[in-house]
Amino acid sequence: MSRNSGLSQASRDPKWVQWILIGITVGFVTLLLILPLGVIFWEAFRKGLKTFTIALSDRNARSAIGLTLLATAICVPLNMVFGLAAAWATTKYSFPGKSLLISIIDLPFAISPVIAGLMLILLYGIHGWFGGVLQGFGLQVIFAVPGVVLATIFVTVPFVARELIPVMQEQGSEQEWAAISLGASAWQTFTKVTLPNIFFPLLYGVLLCTARAMGEFGAVSVVSSNIRGLTNTIPLQIDALYNDYNAPAAFALASILASLSILTLLAKSWLESRIEHRSKESEEIQ
Amino acid sequence: MSVEVQHVNKTFGSYKAIEDVSLKVHSGELVALLGPSGSGKTTLLRMIAGLEVPDRPVQSGEGKILFFDQDVATWSVSERQVGFVFQHYALFKHMSVFENIAFGLRVRPRSQRLPKAQIDQRVRELLQLIQLEGFGNRYPLQLSGGQRQRVALARALAIEPKVLLLDEPFGALDAKVRQKLREWLRRLHEQVHTTTILVTHDQEEALEVADRVVVMNHAKIEQIGTPEEVFHNPASEFVIDFLGSVNVFSGRHVEPLSETKTAETKTAGAKTDEAKIYVRPHELQITRESLGFSSISAQIQRIQRAGASAKVFVHTSKEQNVRVDIPIQQFQLLELEVHQQVFITPLHSHVFSPEYTI
Repeated sequence: MSRNSGLSQASRDPKWVQWILIGITVGFVTLLLILPLGVIFWEAFRKGLKTFTIALSDRNARSAIGLTLLATAICVPLNMVFGLAAAWATTKYSFPGKSLLISIIDLPFAISPVIAGLMLILLYGIHGWFGGVLQGFGLQVIFAVPGVVLATIFVTVPFVARELIPVMQEQGSEQEWAAISLGASAWQTFTKVTLPNIFFPLLYGVLLCTARAMGEFGAVSVVSSNIRGLTNTIPLQIDALYNDYNAPAAFALASILASLSILTLLAKSWLESRIEHRSKESEEIQ
Repeated sequence: MSVEVQHVNKTFGSYKAIEDVSLKVHSGELVALLGPSGSGKTTLLRMIAGLEVPDRPVQSGEGKILFFDQDVATWSVSERQVGFVFQHYALFKHMSVFENIAFGLRVRPRSQRLPKAQIDQRVRELLQLIQLEGFGNRYPLQLSGGQRQRVALARALAIEPKVLLLDEPFGALDAKVRQKLREWLRRLHEQVHTTTILVTHDQEEALEVADRVVVMNHAKIEQIGTPEEVFHNPASEFVIDFLGSVNVFSGRHVEPLSETKTAETKTAGAKTDEAKIYVRPHELQITRESLGFSSISAQIQRIQRAGASAKVFVHTSKEQNVRVDIPIQQFQLLELEVHQQVFITPLHSHVFSPEYTI
């Protein structure tokens, strides 16, 4: 209701105000978002599909794509489990320090990814707190694939939890109690009642997390030391190719990363329209 | 099945939600737990359901909850086989009405589960019982509040619960729908005869629906009785005050300790006999002439004629505001007007001496 009245209030603004605001938004988006993205695709395909296929047939490029997909594939499910656990713990139980915990989950949003990378080196580097011990077991974290995965996880921690906490807070636990009183087991309650209720926000969080995991540069750059064909993810490989003055290959790879992100974005807006549709339906009836 | 609560306590931190409460609900009975918010009624209901655990007993015989004389204190919610209906329905939004009602039957372990055809049959019967045949494919969000609450009730009844527990079931509905559902619930109870405990803060609802009413205040039970008993023979000032509007006079007894005799309302010197006198608006008479020593002179401030009785608000010579209800026909004969000087006389009153109050 309040949202609707806010809208009608705004549409009563003078025409010129409306046009200025719309103009600023469209201009900003075109100049700073659409134009650069268009350039990436244009540069990638400028010399035809040939450069594109050559760039992709490069071993290092394929290794970078593989590593990005691997890091994402490890990071996203872990994040999903963590997000569900964190949201469940902070909304269904009460314990001291709960609000502090919720704030701490947000920490990766506030901290620069470069700092995150440095922290990982301090902990897992050869002279770091745990690095020596792990090295003893033959496990190298920093300047290796585990470091890349750890850095990706660190920067994406808040995504799923952040989406779920407000939704689960609003829903409370009455539906779960109802299910249990009707004889459902804990697992049945979770799969048949809780999960369907948070399905869309969960998927939304997972998509955002995926996009971020694939695109992460700063933290990964610090811990990977850019070993081509080994610890380079797509963003790092693009950077390396560009520094080699191999612009066509850089743009070809960039267009792939951009396509992945755009796909995620499209899925996200489709989800948003679904959620809006659902909440509108409920408003109409109430 | 009978439900019994024996000397149960419940504290949340330092807050006492339930203090030494004992109660027995007989098999097939419909009992209302009535009280203001914070009186502990919902906590008591949730403890019976197993959603809340009573405080650990200090002495033996304390803190027991019995279902049919069997201690269920250590039983889980599902083992108790109670049907619980929440104030805000708690329907599963992503399931149709049919699936909601079938839920309790479908989640049973395979060995105890009814065949699909029988489940469908049972759900159809329940849809009929709640007068929502043809609504099986709708989703909760497509129903009105009253319809949702009926679905919640059918869902709870589907598992054939031993006890039906209703937490403010009509609290979120508007007055007209509440009235209808109240009557429907009473008829339903006569059909299914499941032992039912209903929590409400609405005295009209409790008096109209329940076989017995348990009036609660400050974590304790004030009175248990039939609707007639609690309304006409209230055990405490709280009960008379909570069950409808009442005028309070201070005065002293003519006959000490008799509780429901006509009382003298003039304050006299005798300190020992000081008491509060409670008179319901319909227990007062308005006349133009004084009827004797118990009449008080007053001036009419406001008259409200809408309804079966007229509500006359008067200001007495003792600087008190008093409400008098008169049947509308009688009111018309009296030809009363605002600012008129009249006399009010209690026909009936309830007296609580200080030493008898808690």
